[in-house]
Formats: sequence, structure tokens, C-alpha cells
Amino acid sequence: MSLPDYGFYILCGTAVILLAAQAVTHPTQFFQVFIFGLTQGAIYALVALGYTMVYGIIELINFAHGDVFTLGAYIGTTLLGFFAITEGTFTAINLIALIIVFPVVMLIMGGINITIERVAYRPLRNAPRLAPLITAIGMSFFLEGVMFLWRGPATVHFPDILPTQSWYVAGVFFGVRDIFVVVVGAVLVSLLAVFINQTKLGKAMRATAQDRDAAQLMGIDINRTIAATFFIGALLAGAGGIIWGLYYNTIYYQLGFRSGLIAFTAAVFGGIGNIPGAAIGGLVIGLTAAFSDSYIGSKWTQVVIFGILIGVLVFRPTGLLGMRVPEK
Amino acid sequence: MALLELEGVDAFYGRIQALRGVTIKVERGEVVALIGSNGAGKTTTLRTISGLMHPNSGTVTFDGQDITRTRPSRIVELGISQSPEGRRLFPRMSVLDNLFMGAYSRNDKPGITSDMARVFQLFPRLQERRTQIAGTLSGGEQQMLAMGRALMAKPKVLMLDEPSLGLAPILQETIFSIVREINAQGTTVMLVEQNANKALEVANRGYVLESGVIVQTGSGRELLASEEVQKAYLGM
Repeated sequence: MSLPDYGFYILCGTAVILLAAQAVTHPTQFFQVFIFGLTQGAIYALVALGYTMVYGIIELINFAHGDVFTLGAYIGTTLLGFFAITEGTFTAINLIALIIVFPVVMLIMGGINITIERVAYRPLRNAPRLAPLITAIGMSFFLEGVMFLWRGPATVHFPDILPTQSWYVAGVFFGVRDIFVVVVGAVLVSLLAVFINQTKLGKAMRATAQDRDAAQLMGIDINRTIAATFFIGALLAGAGGIIWGLYYNTIYYQLGFRSGLIAFTAAVFGGIGNIPGAAIGGLVIGLTAAFSDSYIGSKWTQVVIFGILIGVLVFRPTGLLGMRVPEK
Repeated sequence: MALLELEGVDAFYGRIQALRGVTIKVERGEVVALIGSNGAGKTTTLRTISGLMHPNSGTVTFDGQDITRTRPSRIVELGISQSPEGRRLFPRMSVLDNLFMGAYSRNDKPGITSDMARVFQLFPRLQERRTQIAGTLSGGEQQMLAMGRALMAKPKVLMLDEPSLGLAPILQETIFSIVREINAQGTTVMLVEQNANKALEVANRGYVLESGVIVQTGSGRELLASEEVQKAYLGM
């Protein structure tokens, strides 16, 4: 273990100890913030997974991914508009609308992301690494431009259709929407884990990520596995977009820029390319943001988050989990 | 007609020509050795056959079918698989999953199961290690896994790129005797080796590649006895 490693552990350790002290002295506030951090973390985790999967398979930071997330929320709010939903309460129609809109938006985003890969990245597969990075940034601006032209520069309302029940437990307030976000996030991440580890296509995606030429020699069609990666990353981002909308009820066309960068930080924190790392990184970054908001001050939160990004890149580029197995 | 045939193949890396008019014939049931020093174009020849790169001119024919421009995944389906140079395992996947990836092009569950049993019979060591992560295997075990993985495609032609490289002499013996066994079970083998001595002992026929050109060909025994081969590759 090297000096930067010690620095990394000392910093993480210090943060944990300070938080533990808060948890003991002001438990109510601590757990209140914790719940909020958990919900944010669940959303960041869903988005971070898309960054990390794409990086893992083609070593591209897909800067358009945050905008895919936002576009999911935009399409979600539009589709929900077709249903006779009732805001501020929970009706059977709300439930039906949710059950229909959720998978439809996810599939639409999957289709869009496959198209993005086909148009903006695949033609540059063998070009220098910088070229697809630049088209990714271009694609990000393009998607933001589409949302800008479609719904304008102002914030857009996302219907408030979740049940409004909430409870106080030992002074800590939480609602159905908090549980909803965390449960949906956990279910999707679990489904992803099963898919990646158990199915033939999932294994082929991992194989392609670990050695593209060898994967081709196994008869794996890498165009197909790469497209599948973009598809699945966008399923999760689309779900994340809808969850974000349902939770905050406000979206705007540049949402993906900031939350995309934060989710990217989560992916780097967990070890870019590492799937469990991205899920854990998302939770850690969500919690960090929430704790920073309430203990340091929300104006410092971006400084804290991007300070973590720089710190990890400089001192521990393999991230928290890194690659767990040495490669010979 | 030969099972696998390269006819006047020219291949380039950018502007550097790696193969010049390479013509190779592999008959059904043979072991054919391709020997030559580092950078002679041996690996390039295999990459061209597998479709990872395409020749600028010349043709590759397999089982009567032109596969010069066929995509790699289709070539595996047709029946050519490769254990590549440097083994190229999936380092963070288990031994079993690596073997399953070898059978990616197949859908016949019973066939895959019986081939898995056959691989474990050839390499009992892999069965002991089946749940271990491939990146943590020893060099010899990794080589066995790379060969087993290539066999899982149930190939008509198995191409082995430097299977003995970096292994202890005793392990090299094991590997070459397993090559014989695989061949005896009916698989045609194309063997690329720097260890010319061993390769030519196992091979029915051999080709000598030098700077991208086939300079000599003959039966394994003829090449072993040839003065040029002895001087250049056998250190005699």
C-alpha cells in the first residue's frame, strides 16, 4: 500500500468518525439527513451505472449520459400527461400510469441510446480516444438543445402522483416517496446484477469489457454487446430520470449536466468500469451530498463532491473497489 | 480440397506489410505447424484466418467457403477457433465462465455439457479450479484454460498460438502431448510456435515463415532434418 492509499483511507476514516460523532450527539438530525442522502444516492447510483458500464466496455466517458437521464424525465412527464392522473393524491389511474410509463420510458431511452452509439460513437471506434469524447460532449449539447427547444428554458413540472403518506419514527420524518425511490433503485440494481452475472448476454458483455479481441475470437458479436451496454445503461438512466421527477417534481433541460457530473463522480469513486463500485459510489456520493448540505452548507456541496472527484483521480485512480483481481 | 486454405495472402498493419503472398493448406485431420522467429507474421496469419484483420489481397477458404471478408463471430460458428497469443483469458471471470464463453457460438446444451466434460478430462486441473477467477491461475493453468476455451467452440480447426510460451519444460511436454490427443480425437490443429523443435515433432507438416514470406515447407520430419531450419530455429 502506498502513501496516497493511506491518505485515502485516513480521509474516508475521518469523515466516517465525524459523522459517527454527529449520529451519537444528534441522532434525529443525522438519520433525517441519512434518509435524504439515501434517496439521492439511489438515483445517482442508477445514473452512475450507465457511465461505468459504457466506460468498462469501450473506455469512453459518455458525457451525453446525464442528458439521457434528463430526457427520460422529460419524456416521462409528457407521457404522464396523456393519463387522467390526479396530483397530490394517489389514485388507481396514477398507479396504472406509473406501471405503463415506467417501462415505456425506459425502453424509449434504451432505443435512443443505441441510436446515439450507432451515430456518434461506433464510426469512431478505431479513432483516437479523444474523438468519441468530443462527439459525446457534442451529443450532450445536442440533447440539451432538443429539450430546450421542446419545453423551453424554464423548469418543467413533473406530476406529483406518488402516495403522500408519511411517518415520524423516533422523530425522523420519511414518506412513501423515499421508500419508493430506494426500493425501485435497489430492485433495478439487483436485476442488473443478475443479468450481468447469470445470463449469456450479460457474461458476453463482461467478456467484451475485459478483452475485446478475445471476445471476438469466442464468436461474440461485439457490436451487439456494445449496443446492449448502451441499451441497459439507458434503461437505468431513464428509470432514474422518472424517479427524480416523481421525487422532486421539477426538472429542467440542464439537469443532466450537474447531476450527470455528480453521477460520474460516483462512478469514479467506486472505480470506473466496476459495476458494484458504481452502485456503492452512488450511495456514498448521495450521502456525502446530503451530509455536506446540512453540516457544511449547501453552497459548499459542489466543492466537496468535485473535490472528491479530483482527489480520487489524483490519489486513487482505481477508485474505492478498483479492479479486485490482479491481471497477469 | 483442403479444409483450410490461404492463397496469396497480403496483409498490412497500416503501411507496414506483415504478410506477402502467404499460401498455406491445412488438410482435414492434420497437425500443421507454422514456425518462424518473432515478428515473422505467425500471429498475423492467425488473426487473418480468424477475421480480426482482413487481407489486402488473396483469399482464405474454409471447407469450400470463401471467408476472406467474413466477420469473426461467423468464422467461429463455421468451425475455426483460436487460443490466442498471450492466452487472452477473461481475467475477472471464473474458469467455468471462461469455458462457457468459448461455447458462445453454440446453443446445443447437451453438446456443450459433453464438451465441458471432455475439456475436464483433457485438463483435470481445470476441473479442480473451475470456480477460481482466471486471472489468479498459474501460467500453465492459464494456457490449459485458453486451449480448453478454444475447444469449447467445438472447432473443426483449432489454432494454437504459442501454447508453450513461458512454460516450464515439463509443462511444455504436457501441452504438446495434449495437442496430440486433441488431434487424435479428430480435431485438425494449426500450431504456431517459436519452439520449432517440439512443434515439428508433433506436426504432420510445417511451414517456415520469415518476414511475412513462406520460405520453406515440408513434412515435420523433413523440416526437422533441413539444414536451414536447424540453423535458424533449432540452434544447431
